[in-house]
Amino acid sequence: MSFAVVKGAGYILVHAPDMVIHNGTTQTSERIINPDSEYLKELPKHLRNFDEVVSYAPNQTYIGNISPDDLSKYEMPWYDKKVEGADRFGKFGEIMPQDEFIGLMKISDTFDLVKLEKEFTNIVKEKLEKHPLMNDNLISKLKEGEEISEIEKLINQQHAEPIYNEGKLVGCVKRAHDIDINLNAHTLFENLVVKASGALALLNLLAKNNFKAEDIDYVIECSEEACGDMNQRGGGNFAKAIAEVVGCINATGSDTRGFCAGPTHALIEAAALVQAGVYENVVIVGGGATAKLGMNGKDHVKKGMPILEDVLGGFAVLVSKNDGVNPVLRTDLVGRHTVGTGSSPQAVITSLITTPLDKGNLKITDIDKYSVEMQNPDVTKPAGAGDVPTSNYKMIAALGVKRKELDRKDLMNFVKEHGMPGWAPTQGHIPSGVPYIGFAREEMLDGKINRAMIVGKGSLFLGRMTNLFDGVSIVIERNSGKVDSNKGVSEEEVKKLVAEAMREFASHLLKD
Amino acid sequence: MDLENQKRVKDLTEKYGAENVVVILGAAEAEAAGLAAETVTAGDPTFAGPLAGVQLGLRVYHAVEPEFKNEVDPEVYDEQIGMMEMVLDVDEIISEVSEIREEYCKFND
Repeated sequence: MSFAVVKGAGYILVHAPDMVIHNGTTQTSERIINPDSEYLKELPKHLRNFDEVVSYAPNQTYIGNISPDDLSKYEMPWYDKKVEGADRFGKFGEIMPQDEFIGLMKISDTFDLVKLEKEFTNIVKEKLEKHPLMNDNLISKLKEGEEISEIEKLINQQHAEPIYNEGKLVGCVKRAHDIDINLNAHTLFENLVVKASGALALLNLLAKNNFKAEDIDYVIECSEEACGDMNQRGGGNFAKAIAEVVGCINATGSDTRGFCAGPTHALIEAAALVQAGVYENVVIVGGGATAKLGMNGKDHVKKGMPILEDVLGGFAVLVSKNDGVNPVLRTDLVGRHTVGTGSSPQAVITSLITTPLDKGNLKITDIDKYSVEMQNPDVTKPAGAGDVPTSNYKMIAALGVKRKELDRKDLMNFVKEHGMPGWAPTQGHIPSGVPYIGFAREEMLDGKINRAMIVGKGSLFLGRMTNLFDGVSIVIERNSGKVDSNKGVSEEEVKKLVAEAMREFASHLLKD
Repeated sequence: MDLENQKRVKDLTEKYGAENVVVILGAAEAEAAGLAAETVTAGDPTFAGPLAGVQLGLRVYHAVEPEFKNEVDPEVYDEQIGMMEMVLDVDEIISEVSEIREEYCKFND
């Protein structure tokens, strides 16, 4: 069977400064424990405006306007540098300002849970009418808006979650049940944000790759939230809800979860579904998390920096049947951290990196680029968490040294040549492996690289159901141009089988 | 150190006594290792968790420190930690954690 291909990728960011203050868990926790804290007083002074967020180099990389290579030319820290002539719209997607996004939350809401103030609705309507991806049907869902007194009443009397813009109350999300915590206003706020940001990513994916919504067969949503009610807490299904907003009338879908590893699990599932011929076009999509906004805010404020975790992230990737052009998803070169793998970094890296490479008789250096947890080090370093991608590359290189595929003195060269700087916001699943797929596809189409490995890792233990960690990986490879569907065994497979037989034969000779 | 881990260290220390507890750290950064070491000796420096203001004074070592490494079968050590030893800034971690230990650990050994 022919491998599936990566036909396109879409990436979006949403600037959400008021949600940092009101919905990020670092801030909401502080408000409960220490409501008069200096941090809460200082925080608003450290928020960036929209232009600063747009011209921030990692954000420009995320939406595809500058390449990871270009980003590495900017000296760190990045927050005090600007990308000249930066645009909110990019090759892979866009950066949306908060007011438009609040409008999109209303547009994505099918249960009349989002109430927006009249004047704010008018302003947003005017802005969204100019947005290239918003059609009349979507904009009509904004409706007329409510009186502010009505919104205040819902907040004060019925536990609705307020929505702020520029420090001003502009709306609310109502609760959908009196006692069910799964349908309270807080949970619905988070879920509507996931839905709206996921939909924005999917809209961008389709538009930037000239693909029709009605041609999508199946959607896999892979963020870290859960929608459901008290009888089925994570019943689902964000995937179909997002498909509905975007107009994928011929699609159904389901949600896949695995903490930050979710997107890579979803990518492998999508590749398998397409390769098996179940569906032709599968989209994986992930929306953003309000809870993680300003997660490391205390460290950023303490160090006199702006709050850099002020954006929600979203992404979508289209996986389709082999067209002989786009890069293939090598489902035969998949890495898995299994229950029995163990938790030492060495065991983890072996299971995710070298085990799949061994299956294809590949060396660590045969992969041109590794896409690991691409967290932006500008965010994590000041918080004492180091440079996450670089640490991952060092670990891969160190394993290469142990396997004698690499000389110890070349360790840092490997990091430079096979690694990249991190550019993704610390939104859990968003930085995990997937941010590079858009660039990988382009670089393979341009013949600049041959292979990339997408690696997703997840901290399952946070959910307290297991002490285990998780991870999966998959190799993406430049398309050879040959599409050998259902013709039995492929050329690669024959080579592999012959190599295996030879190895076995040789080992018998040695034993004898 | 995350709040749940602080609670676990506190509970285990209450159950078995400070003299019977050794904390082995695996943090990848010297700063993070130092903060964790401080938390289980002098108390949580961020004053956020159950160990805020609680001076347990426990014996605490990072997995790359010689005091721990010399106690472990070299083959097992190489298999489990050899790779990370190449990656981490071992000297910086040792200096950070041993400094905290010398200042706040209750046991002189």
